[in-house]
Amino acid sequence: MAESICKSLRDGALEGEHSPALTIKDSLESLAGAHAFNYFLRSLAANVSTGKSQARGLVLVAFNQSPSSYLSLLNGKGLDASVLRKFLRILDCYSDPLGWKENILQSGGHDKPTLKESDNVCRDVKDVSKLLSLILELGKGFAGEGKTYFAVAIDSISTMLRYASLQLVAGFISNIRSQGQVSCMIWLLHTDLHEARSAAVLEYVSSIVASLEPMVQTTEGKRGSENLFCLGRNSQNGRFHVRLKRRNGRVKLLNEEFHMDQDGISFTALSSENVVVSQTRLPKLQFNLLLSEKERDDRARVVLPFEHQGMTLKPWLKIEHRLLTKNSSSSGSRGGESQHKKTCLDDRPHLAEVHFIRELSVCSWDSHRSDI
Amino acid sequence: MNTSPHLLDEALGLMPGISNGGALSQGCIVLIEDSVETSGAFILHYIVKRALSLDSSGIVLFLALAHPFSHYERILRKLGCNLSVHREQKRFHLFDILQLEFPCESKKDSVEQGLVELYSKIQSAVEVISSRDHSRAHISILIDDLSILEIAAHGSMDHVLNFLHYCVTLTSEQNCSLVILNHEDIYPDIEGRRLLSHLVYLADFIIKAEPLATGIAADVHGQLTVLKKGTSNNGHYSADKASNFHFQVKEHGVDLFFPGSRC
Repeated sequence: MAESICKSLRDGALEGEHSPALTIKDSLESLAGAHAFNYFLRSLAANVSTGKSQARGLVLVAFNQSPSSYLSLLNGKGLDASVLRKFLRILDCYSDPLGWKENILQSGGHDKPTLKESDNVCRDVKDVSKLLSLILELGKGFAGEGKTYFAVAIDSISTMLRYASLQLVAGFISNIRSQGQVSCMIWLLHTDLHEARSAAVLEYVSSIVASLEPMVQTTEGKRGSENLFCLGRNSQNGRFHVRLKRRNGRVKLLNEEFHMDQDGISFTALSSENVVVSQTRLPKLQFNLLLSEKERDDRARVVLPFEHQGMTLKPWLKIEHRLLTKNSSSSGSRGGESQHKKTCLDDRPHLAEVHFIRELSVCSWDSHRSDI
Repeated sequence: MNTSPHLLDEALGLMPGISNGGALSQGCIVLIEDSVETSGAFILHYIVKRALSLDSSGIVLFLALAHPFSHYERILRKLGCNLSVHREQKRFHLFDILQLEFPCESKKDSVEQGLVELYSKIQSAVEVISSRDHSRAHISILIDDLSILEIAAHGSMDHVLNFLHYCVTLTSEQNCSLVILNHEDIYPDIEGRRLLSHLVYLADFIIKAEPLATGIAADVHGQLTVLKKGTSNNGHYSADKASNFHFQVKEHGVDLFFPGSRC
């Protein structure tokens, strides 16, 4: 399934269609989102470098980590520095996102800037339109014959949402996706840093949503040491839930497991053991929440009073009281009623019925006693 | 000699023999969360002591928002660390910002400008230290505590996070380490607790000091949980590691031991 995502990003956009966009979601319950982002980034970079993908270049917008850390990440996976220079452009939104360092330099009277202009530094990340133009400018710098596609990766859309409003960020993503030269987009979102609607909006503009979830949910609302232990354990493995939106509108849901090992994150098919574990594991309690087989049988045998019988149980109380009949015009004379009753009894000597209509339910009692 | 703090050394990677001696590893970010019932300040004091120890070439930049220098000097002296001497030797730098207060929010950029100035002081100190002869000295930046910075910033989470982001850039550009103390029980609503979530995402080590689940005890003052997040280094990943200890704060130090190991 992770392979199908990589394939989708590799194949890129069809003519006249928006480029595929992948949202990688995680939360404090499963902190492996950054590793998953690095996994898909490396895959995309490898495909771009070997010419297998539609994109001929990759623009990485770095908010959370320094550009050098991404270079060493990609270098460590066999991508040479000289090769990286050809197809990778990093827009540095990490080093000086708000221009503080620039302001300090200028107020201190220094002439020499700390960051070279060639480092592609963005010093005003709050200006979303400027950010967009910087990305497009970097993307157009890739050499190639004819129309040159490029991919865009944003290491943290959550950080971007701190600097700009949801509307601006959503518009920014839509603008990028609609650019004819953008082959695909990926970004990472930490769901518990935002309101639910922010995550919903970003999922709506994505064609693929990949969520990293723990195998077992931690205790909600409690940030104790136990949760800290769970946090550590849940970052090692968990569920990888993917929602793929196809062009025809059909949505495909897929599940896998992810594991952290020495080489980083890996994805495997969901094992049956973990399906059972996730379905049956209960929090550790000193009492049993579930009923045993015997307890369930005993509960089924309990005879409830008539108020709670419901329509499914055979009524044991059935009393019918007819106030009006066809032959009697009386609206409640006792003589008439008695006569009516007698008539009824005569007709059906073994049955006396009284129907109580109470609220919306009808309780009735069926008795074979002839003395009524 | 009290050997029990080695448990914390091991959990934080402060083992002697590893480069930097008693200082934190370069570029790491430590978050200490405590509460009213159990203060985590002793962890800060311990990290300062280890960073300034004789087998370490560490330098400490301390943002003191909660207490004056005399308070830390008194406590560290009992732990066997003379802050005055280290201050004279330029190994301990205290930013005394007890009275930190930014102008009223009516002026739009006043809080941001105040934080820019604070960051500017820290950056200058780091650059001066790095340019000295012993430029290989490991710099630890400690903040005590972040909640007071938030108050000074008129409750603006965004400004505080922006300031922290710039401090974090020092960890990657200048190989400093950053230690933040914050209180986890002062945020009543979801919006307030988002700051705690941001900090958890930022940190490489999360240390949580909290009371015992069983209540108050005479000889055990609380429990400490240390989570070291998994890191990726040159393509190799090291797994998350969580440790849990009980502790007893004493006059001249702190005793750390595994739960149940004390008779």
